[in-house]
Amino acid sequence: MTPETIDRIFIIWKHWLLSYAPAGVQPLFSALLSVVPVLAVFPLLFAITTVLERKGLGRIQNRYGPNRVGPYGFFQPIADGVKSLTKEDVVPRTADQAVHFLAPLLLVAAAFLAYAVLPVGRNMVVANLNAGVLFFFAVGSLVELAVFMAGWSSRNKYSLLGAMRAIAQMISYEVPLVLASVVVIMAAGSLSTVTIVNMQASYTGIWPHWFVFTPWGFVGFVLFMIAATAEANRSPFDLPEGESEIVAGYYIEYSGFKFALFFLGEYLGMFATSGMAITLFLGGWAAPFSFLTWVPSYFWFFAKLLVLIAGFIWVRGTLPRLRMDQLMNFAWKFMLPMTLLNIFVAGTWHFMAAGSVRWLVCAVLIFAPSVLLALGLEKGKKKIAARTYRFAE
Amino acid sequence: MTIPFLILAAPTIAGIAAAMYLRNLVHCILALTLGFAGLAALYLQLDAQFVGFTQILVYVGAVAILAVFAIMMTRSAGPMAQPVFSSSWIKGGCVAGAVFAVLAWAIYRSATSLKMLPPQPEVAVRQIGDALMHRFVLPLEIMGLLLTAALIGAVLIAMQEKPEMQ
Repeated sequence: MTPETIDRIFIIWKHWLLSYAPAGVQPLFSALLSVVPVLAVFPLLFAITTVLERKGLGRIQNRYGPNRVGPYGFFQPIADGVKSLTKEDVVPRTADQAVHFLAPLLLVAAAFLAYAVLPVGRNMVVANLNAGVLFFFAVGSLVELAVFMAGWSSRNKYSLLGAMRAIAQMISYEVPLVLASVVVIMAAGSLSTVTIVNMQASYTGIWPHWFVFTPWGFVGFVLFMIAATAEANRSPFDLPEGESEIVAGYYIEYSGFKFALFFLGEYLGMFATSGMAITLFLGGWAAPFSFLTWVPSYFWFFAKLLVLIAGFIWVRGTLPRLRMDQLMNFAWKFMLPMTLLNIFVAGTWHFMAAGSVRWLVCAVLIFAPSVLLALGLEKGKKKIAARTYRFAE
Repeated sequence: MTIPFLILAAPTIAGIAAAMYLRNLVHCILALTLGFAGLAALYLQLDAQFVGFTQILVYVGAVAILAVFAIMMTRSAGPMAQPVFSSSWIKGGCVAGAVFAVLAWAIYRSATSLKMLPPQPEVAVRQIGDALMHRFVLPLEIMGLLLTAALIGAVLIAMQEKPEMQ
C-alpha cells in the first residue's frame, strides 16, 4: 500500500460501503457514514482524555492517579461509564421536568454539531460549508442556552449562581475568541475551514506555512487558546463550577448519566475549540515538515489535538482559580484590546513588503501595547502587605 | 410547498405560537428560541448560509441570552397571574388580520409569485463582504456609529459615580 492509499483509506472504505446501498438511499447513507465516525471517535477520545487527565494531574500533585482498573488504570473510563449508567437518576421535585431533561441533550448536540466543519484529514470533513467558521461560532453559542436551561430548571441557588457566572464568562470570552480568529479569515480571504487549511499546507524548504509562524498568527493563537480555556470553563477560568465555592455550578442537581453527559459535552466543546485552533493556526491536517508528508493527514490532526489537550491538563494542574473581577477585567481590558490591535497588525503585515523590517514593526506593534495593557491591569491595586495572624501566634 | 419546508415550518410556527401562549416567562423565551432556530433553518434551506448562521449567532446566541439575563436579574420567573388573552384581544386581532391581509395581497400580486424565476447563483460570503464594503459602505458606517453611541451610553449608565467630596 502506498502512503497515498493509507491517507485516503477512510474515504476508500466509505465509497466501498456506499456502493452496496441502493441508489435511492445513497445520500442519506453517505451522510450517515460521515457522521457516525465523529460520534464514535470523539467520545472515545473523551474517555482516553479523562484517564490521561487524572493520571497527569496526579503526577503534578505528587500522587499516583487511577491505577486499579486494568493495566496502569487505563480501563478506568469503562468503570466510570458503568457507574454513571447504573446510578439512580435523581430529579428534584420542584425542578422544571422538561427543561431539566432537555438541557444536557442540547449541550451534547451543540457540541457535536461543531465537528461538522472541522477537517480531520485531507478531504475528510463532514460538511465543507462556505461559511464554516461562522457555523462553528453559531453552534457554539447554543451551549450558553443549554447552560442556562440546566441552571434555571434545577431550582437551586447554587445552580443558578453557576449558570449566571458561566453565561457571563462565556459571553465575555466569546468576543475575543471570534476576534482572534478574524485575522486568519483576513489572511485566507475565506470563511471555509477547508480553504483555510489548504492555504497552510505548503512549504518553504522544509518549513510549513502555518499562520502561527507570523507575529499576528502567534498572538492570535495565544489569545484564541486563552479564550478557548475560558469558553470550556476549565481551570484557571473554572469559576462556574468551582467545587469549593458553589459545589458544581449549573449541573449540581444532575446525577447518573445526565451528569456524565454534561461532562462529555464540556470535553467535546474543548476538543472542538482545540480542533478549530489547529485548523486556523496550526495548519490543520498538514505535516509539520515537508519530509513528513508521507504520514497520513488524520494522524497529524489528532497528534496536534493531543498536544493541545496535554497543554490544557498542564495548565489545569499549575494555575490557581481567578476571581470574578479578575476574570472580567482580563477579558475586557486586556483580551479585547489585544485582539483588536492584532487585527490592525495583520493588516499592516499584509501591506508591508516581505522582509525583516515587517517582522520588527509588527513585533513592536504587539509587544509595546501588551506591556502597557498589562501594567494598566496592575494599576490602582492596593499593595498587599504580609498577613499577620493575630490568634495563631 | 415541499416536504422539507413543511418539516422546518411546523416547529417554527409551533415555537412562536408557544411563546405567546405559555404561562411561564422562561418557557416563552425557550419556545421563541426554537422559533428563531427554525427560521434560521428555513434560511439555510433557501441556500442563504450567511443569513442563516448569522440568525443563529445573533438571535439564539445573543438576543435570547439577553432576554434570559433580564428575567434572571429582575424577577423570579413564576407563572403570571393575569390571563393569557388580554382584554383588548379583539382590536389586536383586527390589526394583525389587516397586516396579514396586506402582506399576503402584496406577495400574491408580486412578480415572483406569477412566474417561476430562474435559479439564482449561490451567493458566496465574499460577495456579501464586497457589497458591504463597496456599495453599502455608508449605511454600514452609519450603523457602526449608532451602535458605538449606544455602547458608550450603556457604559455611562453602568459607570459607578464617584462619591462627592465633602
